[in-house]
Amino acid sequence: MRYLLTEEQKMIVDICRQIVKDRIIPVRAEMDEKGIFPWEIIKEIGKSDLFRLFIPEEYEGMSTGIFEVCLATEELSRGDLSVAASYAASGLGLIPILIAGNEEQKKKYLPQMASGGKLAAFGLTEAEAGSDAGSIRTTASRDGDFYILNGTKQWITNGGEADIYTIFAMTNPEKGVRGASAIIVEKGTDGFEFGKKEDKLGIRASATRELIFTDCRVPKENILGSEGMGFIIAMRTFDQSRPAVGAQAVGVAQAALEEALNYSKVRKQFGAAISSFQAIQHMLADMATNIEAARALVYHAAKVIDSGEKNVTRLSSMSKIFASDMAMKVTTDAIQIFGGYGFMKEYPVEKMMRDAKITQIYEGTNQILRNVVALDMIKRGVL
Amino acid sequence: MIEIKIAVCIKQVPGTTEIKIDPQTNTLIREGIENIINPFDAYAIEEGVRIRERFSSGEVEVIALTMGPPQSREILKEAISVGVDSAILLSDRAFAGADTWATSTTLAKAINKIGDCRLIILGKQTLDGDTGQVGPELAQRLGIPFIGYASSILEINRNKMKVKRLMEDRYETFEINLPAAISVVKDINTPRVPSLRGKMKAKSVEIPVWDAKQLEADEDEVGLSGSYTQVVKIFTPKIKHEIKMIEGSPGEQVEQLYKELKELNVI
Amino acid sequence: MEIKVNEETCTGCNLCKKVCLYDAIEIVDGKAVINENCVFCGACIEVCKLNSIEITGLKEEQKDFSDYSGVCVYLEANGDRIADVGFELVSEGKKLADQLGVKLSAVAIGSSIEKSALEAFQYGLDKLYFIDSPVFSDNLDDIFAKALVQVITRYKPEIFLAGATWFGRTLIPKVAAILKTGLTADCTGLAIDEEKKILLQTRPTFGGNILATIITRNARPQMATVRPHVMEKKKIMEDKGDYKDRIEYIEIDEKKFKSKYKLLGIEKELNENINITDYDVIVSGGRGLGGSEKFSMIKELAGLLGGVVGASRAAVDSGWISYPHQVGQTGKTVNPKLYIACGISGAIQHLAGMQTSDIIIAINKDPSAPIFKVANYGIVGDIFEVVPMLIKRLRDGKPLV
Repeated sequence: MRYLLTEEQKMIVDICRQIVKDRIIPVRAEMDEKGIFPWEIIKEIGKSDLFRLFIPEEYEGMSTGIFEVCLATEELSRGDLSVAASYAASGLGLIPILIAGNEEQKKKYLPQMASGGKLAAFGLTEAEAGSDAGSIRTTASRDGDFYILNGTKQWITNGGEADIYTIFAMTNPEKGVRGASAIIVEKGTDGFEFGKKEDKLGIRASATRELIFTDCRVPKENILGSEGMGFIIAMRTFDQSRPAVGAQAVGVAQAALEEALNYSKVRKQFGAAISSFQAIQHMLADMATNIEAARALVYHAAKVIDSGEKNVTRLSSMSKIFASDMAMKVTTDAIQIFGGYGFMKEYPVEKMMRDAKITQIYEGTNQILRNVVALDMIKRGVL
Repeated sequence: MIEIKIAVCIKQVPGTTEIKIDPQTNTLIREGIENIINPFDAYAIEEGVRIRERFSSGEVEVIALTMGPPQSREILKEAISVGVDSAILLSDRAFAGADTWATSTTLAKAINKIGDCRLIILGKQTLDGDTGQVGPELAQRLGIPFIGYASSILEINRNKMKVKRLMEDRYETFEINLPAAISVVKDINTPRVPSLRGKMKAKSVEIPVWDAKQLEADEDEVGLSGSYTQVVKIFTPKIKHEIKMIEGSPGEQVEQLYKELKELNVI
Repeated sequence: MEIKVNEETCTGCNLCKKVCLYDAIEIVDGKAVINENCVFCGACIEVCKLNSIEITGLKEEQKDFSDYSGVCVYLEANGDRIADVGFELVSEGKKLADQLGVKLSAVAIGSSIEKSALEAFQYGLDKLYFIDSPVFSDNLDDIFAKALVQVITRYKPEIFLAGATWFGRTLIPKVAAILKTGLTADCTGLAIDEEKKILLQTRPTFGGNILATIITRNARPQMATVRPHVMEKKKIMEDKGDYKDRIEYIEIDEKKFKSKYKLLGIEKELNENINITDYDVIVSGGRGLGGSEKFSMIKELAGLLGGVVGASRAAVDSGWISYPHQVGQTGKTVNPKLYIACGISGAIQHLAGMQTSDIIIAINKDPSAPIFKVANYGIVGDIFEVVPMLIKRLRDGKPLV
């Protein structure tokens, strides 16, 4: 089933499918096992103009919407969630610059990201600040023309690999969440180092690291917006980025369904293909139905964001919650259809399940997002 | 100022690994076969684009050429989507049925018409004809050196190149003067995926069509009329779909296998 | 020149449309209509039961080729030895020459290859044209072409055969182009049309799915290249030792044989990361090999067949051979003309990467191994017995039983 896509959107899908088929599938198992960061693939994605998508044309982008980013993310996720996560996390690092950056910052950073040679990252989470993002402890204190950063960010996707980091730090700790600011920090700045690479359950090829700031001096021009705007920038960024996490979930679930369907047609038990058994048929039907429902919600959320609607927090969160819960269920069921083989690393479905799990956790756990949805609903009504 | 103009010669072929034989009639089943860019040619295109990327913008121009029916335009668009600058379609009913000699005649005329091509790149062979002869024949028609099975271009400027070729069991590195022609093996690079901008350019680009008249080619020198070879019979070999298990002592098994393979001309 | 359907006799039976690989035939109002995609391959003409399709308007000049006579074979050298394919062609050429009632000659060009070249007489050669010069110690296409052209224009054979080695496949087209004659690549069958006394050259196309018989029209010699190992080499006489009066030493002016190619170096060892998809023959080893040292026999077999080594994921994961050799879903997808799977059980991932190969041979000790499901030939046996025997059979050219 293909949605009514424009010519350009179909091209994006075709390009991603070719990357998945030629570049990702042949190496994904090895990348997963050894935790190899997929630079070759990221560069190929860059050459294909996919990093240009939602960057405005004046900064060498192609001025598409979030919807196109979701399409690309979904298709890449069908190949490997690590690749898609690295791609999407770079977008997450850039959105703050698009939302709050001034002309000079945009001119400086967006073109180099658009051309695809470099990645960005988003640095908010800390050891003591996950769902409770307001309790970050990293500080940025003003010293003349510089901010001096101190503190440690944790579990940062693209950490160590990215060149540009959007860091959230307290410029005024007494003010709590209103004292946070967003600051661009470039890799290589003195006092900015990386902690160890995390060994993870899933998306093992993606880079997840600590960012350690020790008296790291960053020019004051690198602040996004003004002091104290950090938390608002972060929340508005998530509003735009969460459908892409939903798209990751839809993509990995789709891949698992395809694997399960193909396998069910060739696997014979009791003298018949297991796809002829109703128990399997119903599982496949439910998997497909749930994927389609999640996709519809993700696409709808993306299109509403692209329409310029301001209050998108609820819809954006819903798309991420629904799609990621769906992906966990569908990938688990895919393994069930494979039976014992599904549990083995010989087949890709076990990896899909391990990968899918993260979509329920990052960019807001599904629990904190349910709070967000409920509070918005209580405040503004069902709509 | 264009320093080096590169012509890449490509061909549209039926994707033959998909071909199935109807066991009843022992004939081919055409259904479901898509026309594709000859897989080896994708490496030729990529190498042309990579050479351009070695130089500053505007110094190298890469032109894709194909001879074939109007529908071959599709593969030229594919070439543009992965980075060639422009494309030319050589199409005329008179070109049909060409053997490698008549094909090289037509391509040579087109390359002369383009003018000042310093390097011509081809895939090592096509999937359908499978001869690998057009490259060396074309080079000879143009009076330029030819290196087959190129696996690496070490250095290149307007007048010279250092190129490594792959033979069955060794590499040989040559220096040759340009203009020259090469055919490339898959070892030489990994073709890129098309870019979004490239695809959009391909969608809108106008591809000029040159016919026999524009190439100043006589009907007698192109197509089947201009060919020195002619197919007189086409038939399908007996394909053995079922597995044949070879029994006996190891010596007997090997001897039997050897005979079977001989019969099939695979060794 | 055009291709026409006789509307009187065509019944629109669809057979021609089905065989056309170029999408060039449509059935309109119950009749076949041939469109602009046609490449004149003739497949439809062959298949039409009512002879309703013909190519017309092809000018046939009646040229006089009576001054061309004899069959001539190129004995390509590899180092100081003539490559086997040369002797195979002498054996094949002998048959053709006998059928035509003409002489069989051969050309050898090189440096210090005389001893090996003389062996060709035992395969039935009448005459050897021999160019011995140090200028031919390296494979420089242009001067070899020049030398071959000199011999061919001087002695005018009606048929000229050469091996479809990698060097042959770049050299011989050059020769044909200089001589302005046809060349048929990679023939697997050669025969003489008794009536017309012309060479019928049969070769596979479309990945071996079709065989085409080709003739050379309006030009001589009739030239063909033939794949190594396809023709049988057969000694038909004892070594007599004295061939002096049957060898023609051709002196060349070395100054005129200056190559435009400057050979900078030769690397004898192929890169470990070689792209195996470039080869027509792949011999793969799997878990059954049991260790990296056993890959040497796989390598030897591959070398004898002019191919390269492939491997299953199990062999690569065990560290016996490097990843570029891996065939399968997580490795390379290959479709060579010949794929030999040694000690590979045939997991789905492996089959996905090789099942479109033209001919698949499986050697495995387990008769229920899935690899046998996609193979054309299966041998249930111990690879450590079978493979060395196959190597011996190919290397020595002698029957085992």
